[in-house]
Amino acid sequence: MLKPKVCVLRTAGTNCDKETAFAFARAGAEAEFVHINRLVSGEEKLGDYHILALSGGFSYGDDIAAGKILANELKTKLSGDLKEFIRAGKLIIGICNGFQIMVKAGLLPGNKEMKQEVSLINNDSAKFEARWVYLKPSGKCIWTKNITGLIYLPVAHGEGKFIAKDNAAIERLKENGQIVFQYCDESGKLAGYPDNPNGSAENIAGICDETGRVFGLMPHPERHVNSQQHPRWSAAKIKKEEGDGFQIFKNGVEYAKKNI
Amino acid sequence: MQYKIEVKDRSGIFDSVGEGIKKDILDLGIAGVQRVHFSQIFTIEGALSAIQVERICDELLVDKIAQSYSINPEFRAATHNSKLVVEVAYNPGVMDPVEESTLKGIRDLGIEGAAGVKTAKKYLIEGKISEAQLKTICEKLLYNKLIQHIVKPGASDAHAQEAGYQFSLACVELLKADDKELTRLSKQGQLFLNLTEMRAIKDYFKKIGRNPTDCELETVAQTWSEHCYHKTFRGKIKYTEKHLTPNTKHLTPKTKIIDSLLKSTIMKVTKELNKPWCVSVFKDNSGVIKFDDKYNICFKVETHNHPSALEPFGGANTGIGGVIRDPMGTGLGAKPILNTDVFCFAPPEYPFSKLPAGALHPKRVMKGVVSGVRDYGNKMGIPTVNGAVLFHDDFVGNPLVYCGTVGIMPKDKSFKKTNIGDLVVVVGGRTGRDGIHGATFSSGELTHESEKVSGGAVQIGNPIQEKKMLDTILLARDKNLYSAITDCGAGGLSSAVGEMGAEMGARVDLDKVPLKYTGLSYMEIWISESQERMVLSVPPKDIDELIKLFASENVEATVIGEFTDTKKLELYYKDNLVCELGMNFLHEGHPKITKEAVFSLQRHREPKINCTKDQTKNLIKLLSHYDIASKEWIIRQYDHEVQGGSVLKPLTGIVNDGPSDASINKPVLNSDKGIIVSNGINFRFGFIDPYWMAASCIDEALRQIICVGGSLKEVAILDNFCWGNPDKPDRLGGLVRAAYGCYDAAKGFGVPFISGKDSLYNEYAVNGKSLSIPGTILISAISVMDDVKHAVSMYAKHPDDLIYIVGETYDELGGTHYYDLSAGVGNNVPKVDVKKAKRMFNQLSKATEAGLVKAMHDCSDGGLGVACAEMAFSGGLGMELFLTEVPYKGKELRNDFILFSESNSRFIVEVERRNQNKFEQLLKNIPFGIIGCVSKSKKFNIYGLDSKPCVGSDIDTLKESWLKPLRW
Repeated sequence: MLKPKVCVLRTAGTNCDKETAFAFARAGAEAEFVHINRLVSGEEKLGDYHILALSGGFSYGDDIAAGKILANELKTKLSGDLKEFIRAGKLIIGICNGFQIMVKAGLLPGNKEMKQEVSLINNDSAKFEARWVYLKPSGKCIWTKNITGLIYLPVAHGEGKFIAKDNAAIERLKENGQIVFQYCDESGKLAGYPDNPNGSAENIAGICDETGRVFGLMPHPERHVNSQQHPRWSAAKIKKEEGDGFQIFKNGVEYAKKNI
Repeated sequence: MQYKIEVKDRSGIFDSVGEGIKKDILDLGIAGVQRVHFSQIFTIEGALSAIQVERICDELLVDKIAQSYSINPEFRAATHNSKLVVEVAYNPGVMDPVEESTLKGIRDLGIEGAAGVKTAKKYLIEGKISEAQLKTICEKLLYNKLIQHIVKPGASDAHAQEAGYQFSLACVELLKADDKELTRLSKQGQLFLNLTEMRAIKDYFKKIGRNPTDCELETVAQTWSEHCYHKTFRGKIKYTEKHLTPNTKHLTPKTKIIDSLLKSTIMKVTKELNKPWCVSVFKDNSGVIKFDDKYNICFKVETHNHPSALEPFGGANTGIGGVIRDPMGTGLGAKPILNTDVFCFAPPEYPFSKLPAGALHPKRVMKGVVSGVRDYGNKMGIPTVNGAVLFHDDFVGNPLVYCGTVGIMPKDKSFKKTNIGDLVVVVGGRTGRDGIHGATFSSGELTHESEKVSGGAVQIGNPIQEKKMLDTILLARDKNLYSAITDCGAGGLSSAVGEMGAEMGARVDLDKVPLKYTGLSYMEIWISESQERMVLSVPPKDIDELIKLFASENVEATVIGEFTDTKKLELYYKDNLVCELGMNFLHEGHPKITKEAVFSLQRHREPKINCTKDQTKNLIKLLSHYDIASKEWIIRQYDHEVQGGSVLKPLTGIVNDGPSDASINKPVLNSDKGIIVSNGINFRFGFIDPYWMAASCIDEALRQIICVGGSLKEVAILDNFCWGNPDKPDRLGGLVRAAYGCYDAAKGFGVPFISGKDSLYNEYAVNGKSLSIPGTILISAISVMDDVKHAVSMYAKHPDDLIYIVGETYDELGGTHYYDLSAGVGNNVPKVDVKKAKRMFNQLSKATEAGLVKAMHDCSDGGLGVACAEMAFSGGLGMELFLTEVPYKGKELRNDFILFSESNSRFIVEVERRNQNKFEQLLKNIPFGIIGCVSKSKKFNIYGLDSKPCVGSDIDTLKESWLKPLRW
């Protein structure tokens, strides 16, 4: 396949769709903006795409809880299509609000019944915070292949504290290699606030499902796809063109090209 | 059936909202509260079974990982077991932003019977507090009676329905009214029109031989309001300058008549400079300049002071929501790409005992305003990249809330033209009773009665409504489905339709306007300022496609009338004519009123300060001054990187917490062209002379652009005057002087104004005594940067680099923060030598373009002492500095004056030693000094004129004193 097709899902309150599409396009994909109404009505088919991107924003105002109403809509209107999408070996990424949606729709950590097992709740600081964080990669996610060292990305959210329904659920994530990113300090040590910006359990910033193809994270890789987005680029004389988040999009696109 | 559902965190889950409230209660000075538990209440109305409601809870309302719920919980408001319950709900008629989306969620579950949803907040307060303390907690923290109430036990008013509306046409007896009656009518109707204006209206109706309807009178009042018509700036002013000051060009020994202050100062600059890149100025909802060959950018800054005084969250929320609609309503619609916010408050520790009756405490105002901006800006997905916050006691009753938005649009979408026969289409949110009289209310002074009289002017925004409206408008724009667009702001439909149809005529059927609830009269529909609405003029051939497009994005679009060739504004309600006004009278019939203005230079007390040997303490005090201290607590609550174009962020430095001078953004992600936005504001200089305040603000805004690597090549500026009552000659005198300062400085620098705003009547009256805000001008600047790769940040980069000061320092201590430390104003206000400054700015631009500058920082609030300290601690490096090397032109040789003077046109620059010659060559004939160098150690040392240490500290101490004051 020459250019994988990415469905950048849109609804009221989606707001990081443009830069997410830009990142995918730069990585060699063809990104299209698709309003959820068009998928629900059948005018567009999810199956025509190879990658589904749930971008950041405040879907439906994050009313009730972050991502909840869109999660409910996905579950009630598109669960069959989504299950088929995953079964067909395709890819999903959820960033920030997208991650919140995926968790609340039961797409992550993922089980047959799409039952919610973990959640993302109010930051311990009880407020929205924008700051840059260091992330330590691990696990078996195809989206983070070749990322071995720490990466540096911004977070911007008020409801990003990762919790699980019980310890067993976290243990399962660990055992299955489903923990993809953990907040850490500059040296890679798991640390407290503000390195862990929201109080997440086990410093979890992103997880994937058992296939490693369905991935969600709170930080914004699409906001660090070129080096000028780094907060100290002008001083650090960063030589490489690409920002730390770009590899994630490249991995997704490369995987789709080879495997779908 | 009505079901009440209470959702709360499970035990073991950290209740961050409750903990936050507990901290706020302690801030109020009330001890004794052990815990606060927060829970969310949903009241659902409709034909629903208990099983359905359980399903709604399980699948939609409750996050079962973190929360539990109960349906129809027993209500206990009374005190028991030292636990107090407070439940806060919205007043009837106030929009509950959560309702619409929750109803959608319920429908998505396949459940159809839900008719309404209301939310409330419940607080369970544990601890020992008195009834009086509880009342304080409720009033100061938990609710605002303008929009909310405390639910009484057993009450079920959550869905109180308004009665329907019975049409009856109301006329106002104007023809028989004498002057006394005219004045009474204006006051009673909250028209805020003076006698001359009322007489002009009477004359018009006399000519056509009938009395006006209430709707006609209101329409005139809205159109002629200060807010919409800017009659002070456009009218005649008899201006007298009583004391002459040296160094100003506008010495007017005699009284003179100014015909339109706007045209003879602000707009005159633009006209005279005649820049080819000015695309559309002073015409549209924002000023438009060229970006590149494909795009134009536009910029507008608005104020929302009065609403923010009464309801800080809602006021600031709708303030930012409103200014975002300005670029959206410019040309055929621009996409908003960044926001900027500037606030003035009374100090956060202002004593409760001194608070004027009816005023909210400044800390609450500030928290509410910040939350309001956070909510709207973040949810719209627009980065908030720049701002400032200043403090003074005189803002206690009347804070200033400036919100600005920059937009981008394709070149060929920059102009609009309504055609006769086009349909009037209202899109976006529905119309309710919120925001009635906002335009006229902001054209009068605030009083302690304002919350009772004008409470209806307060609104709450619904950013998601605006976001989906924006998304759809841009799609419709690119399909060429409409011919003109404007926003429904102050004055509501009356302003929007009145403006669009001014040249031709318009007919509107008010009963076609979609309403939030029944019960609105035709007049309320016409003047309601409900948020998130815009008006389009749509050629009939495109209407079907347009309506279909909006429906596909779940946004309402409704035809409510058409543009006609009658030169009249005709309004109907169910086929009854309720308004018929000549457009000419409406837009040109305002009687030009001559206002009196007197300016006399005040002599202020000159603070007597001994220059102590050790100035370390003063430097630390200045770093802790609220104006100067870190605003990180605010900045981090705003998303400043959404849209992915952020190149220079508001916080910078080795650990991302230093104060950037200006922001740089790339609006087009695959181009290296950028835009720089900065703000200059300093009301303290205005205490002495508003002329120099205005000139200084322009200098400051431009300096900041130079600091980040920009140039004067393509810079446009916006003026924003916030003043007291212009009907009082002394207030207006200061305003006129500031406008002259604007003219001289902008003309000299060669930077045109492209748009502006004035908010007058910023006074707070208690029992007849009126407190004016300090006359304040905000200058916002926008610049196109050819290549963002030349961006420069403000923090020290490398040990051993040279530190320069460029520009001369004078003993200009008047209005400085240093004098403010001893509660003095002084007299020697900083001035601007525009000719010299311009040359310096241009040379420094050459230096940044050549890559010779490692760091540059604006030398402003707190002088060179503060500027150098900020550079050092933001970079995590020390400095060794020598005051003997500073080009200083003051009469008195004093270390403190050199350290803390706020003379304009000065920069602190870090340059690598190897570039010293190249850099200095560029600065030929420009005063500069190498004042020291960056050091590897954490020591921050400054040596005085006697070469002995006068500041000795370390960057950690300095930084902590700067971070601490507003770290809430």
